[in-house]
Amino acid sequence: MDVLSNLALGFGVALTLKNLAYCFLGVFLGTLIGVLPGIGPLVTIAMLLPITFGLDPVSSLIMLAGIFYGAQYGGSTTAILVNMPGEVSSAVTAIDGYQMARQGRAGPALATAAMASFVGGILSTLLVAFFGPLVGRWALEFGAAEYFSLMLMGLVFSAVLSHGDLVKALAMVAIGLLLGIVGTDVTSGLPRFSFGIPELLDGVGFTVVAVGLFAVSEIVLNLARNEKVEVFAKDVKNLMPTWADMKAAAMPTLRGTALGSFFGALPGITASVAAFSAYMLEKKLAKDPSRFGHGAIEGVAAPEAANNAAAQTHFIPTLTLGIPASAVMALMLGALTMQGIQPGPQVMTSKPELFWGLVASMFVGNTLLLILNLPLVGLWARLTQVPYRWLFPAILVFACVGNFSLNNSAMDVYLCAGIGVLGYVFAKLDCQPAPLILGYVLGPMLEENLRRALLMSEGSFAVFVTRPISLAFLVVTALILLAMVLPGLRRRRESAVEASAG
Amino acid sequence: MKPGLLDNRDFLAGLLFAAFGAGGFWVALAYPFGDLQQMGPGFFPRALGLILVGFGLVTMVRGLRSGVPVEGAWGWFPLAMLTAAIVAFGWLMEHVGLIPSLVVLVVASAYAGKEFRWLEVAILAGVMCAMAAGIFIWGLGLPYPLFAFEFGR
Repeated sequence: MDVLSNLALGFGVALTLKNLAYCFLGVFLGTLIGVLPGIGPLVTIAMLLPITFGLDPVSSLIMLAGIFYGAQYGGSTTAILVNMPGEVSSAVTAIDGYQMARQGRAGPALATAAMASFVGGILSTLLVAFFGPLVGRWALEFGAAEYFSLMLMGLVFSAVLSHGDLVKALAMVAIGLLLGIVGTDVTSGLPRFSFGIPELLDGVGFTVVAVGLFAVSEIVLNLARNEKVEVFAKDVKNLMPTWADMKAAAMPTLRGTALGSFFGALPGITASVAAFSAYMLEKKLAKDPSRFGHGAIEGVAAPEAANNAAAQTHFIPTLTLGIPASAVMALMLGALTMQGIQPGPQVMTSKPELFWGLVASMFVGNTLLLILNLPLVGLWARLTQVPYRWLFPAILVFACVGNFSLNNSAMDVYLCAGIGVLGYVFAKLDCQPAPLILGYVLGPMLEENLRRALLMSEGSFAVFVTRPISLAFLVVTALILLAMVLPGLRRRRESAVEASAG
Repeated sequence: MKPGLLDNRDFLAGLLFAAFGAGGFWVALAYPFGDLQQMGPGFFPRALGLILVGFGLVTMVRGLRSGVPVEGAWGWFPLAMLTAAIVAFGWLMEHVGLIPSLVVLVVASAYAGKEFRWLEVAILAGVMCAMAAGIFIWGLGLPYPLFAFEFGR
């Protein structure tokens, strides 16, 4: 079996002492920082990215992936205990998890979240192992036109599924694309939007954008906001869920995994959408839907499984097509690019140890996560009580030293401050940063593929609609946009987004 | 009662988009446009700039129609304080070394918070300096002096 021998290769890579250590370190650091209130996976990854640059590509990707699912799990812990989710996808967990905690059942809620994440993670990693290569092989037939259409689809998806106004989200994509142009043009060698600043010749550093957009602006938002939260950290005892709890959580976990795996594989659809649909599905299937919102264990298991499943299958489009499925994946791609690896279908054939090592490390990492979390829950619970006034200067320290270390120059730090201001203004004006970062990462590839497609078609745009795969992507994109413009569907989406944000 | 233009959320967002689009378009005018078959470096940014101006205008009009105000007060003080702290850190790193830069960063950014206790901030600054030195200088081997005095160059 092809997959088995490849997995064997992967485990050979992932189980070396060095990579095992990095996987553990990533999961541990990710959970440690992700559990701190108000710090989501994006900020955690953006902050810790510079630490991984010194590693070889495989180790750094393994560590980053560990940080990612560690941070995601940590975020769920915070969501359950403090009702202060670090990102939208944990917000769904917070609805019933926080209620469980208020009823003194924080322990079972945390344990259910950990086990649902584990099941979701392991099953969906199997899917990555089987479908990743298929998608990769299929993608080898893609030409420039297909890539352009696919990226367009991913960008439109990300805009459609972000919160709030569609036009504003599309505009954010466009700003991201413009930001991605900064630097030396690959074809002509002409520096663009660099304004004579040497640090900009290589483009705006991508940790600079990520930290400015997600960390700095988020801190200002938090500081300008006044709210007191009730913490249930002291109540964490009786960790193990009862047999009845386990039985109630089993099917929702599997259903959540299925939904999450499916949504995660589509570019541009974020884990929050997966988590929210899993939650809604359980509510529909439940005999007594009124329990939801008042501490239903299904409402913790399903979104957590979906969340983590989507987190793993996100890697399918990211690694096989080079198209990030979410803002976090955009960070992963950026990290790969900084390691000198051009993401795309050729990665799987030219660097099998990277793809399979990562897949194997997902099994290892999810297991480590479970082993780490069940006994350490008490420690994590205490960490959620760290006051924010200690946290945000620490975030800034890591962010600033990290950015300074990119080029050993203050310019990147100044840029980060500027982008932070911009990010804050955007956030206040209700413009979502996620579409921007996707646009920023995809920008150079989008332009390059457009240019190549038009070069080969001798300047005719017909190439995008005469090639069947490209046409299919464009038709899907058009349908999605059309669906958004039709009023009935639009209203439903708004209420869905509101519910998932609450 | 509709909010004034300066408090109209979508009008401001649209204005910002349009400004970015127009700015991008204007700067890209200096780059060769090429033609459809041979796209020059000016093609993509100019097209994007125009699209962005379009999105901006649509957003502005919709803002005028809906009149949704900006939610919550602007946090100008923390924003200015944090920005100043970050910029100061960048500048100081090139002149006085890691430790003094970090102290300034931690103290200045902590000052942006709602509660500021000197003792706590002093301890935090100490811990941060030790951690940053441990991780970045000894752990990752970054070549920064802990203390320096380099104003001459």
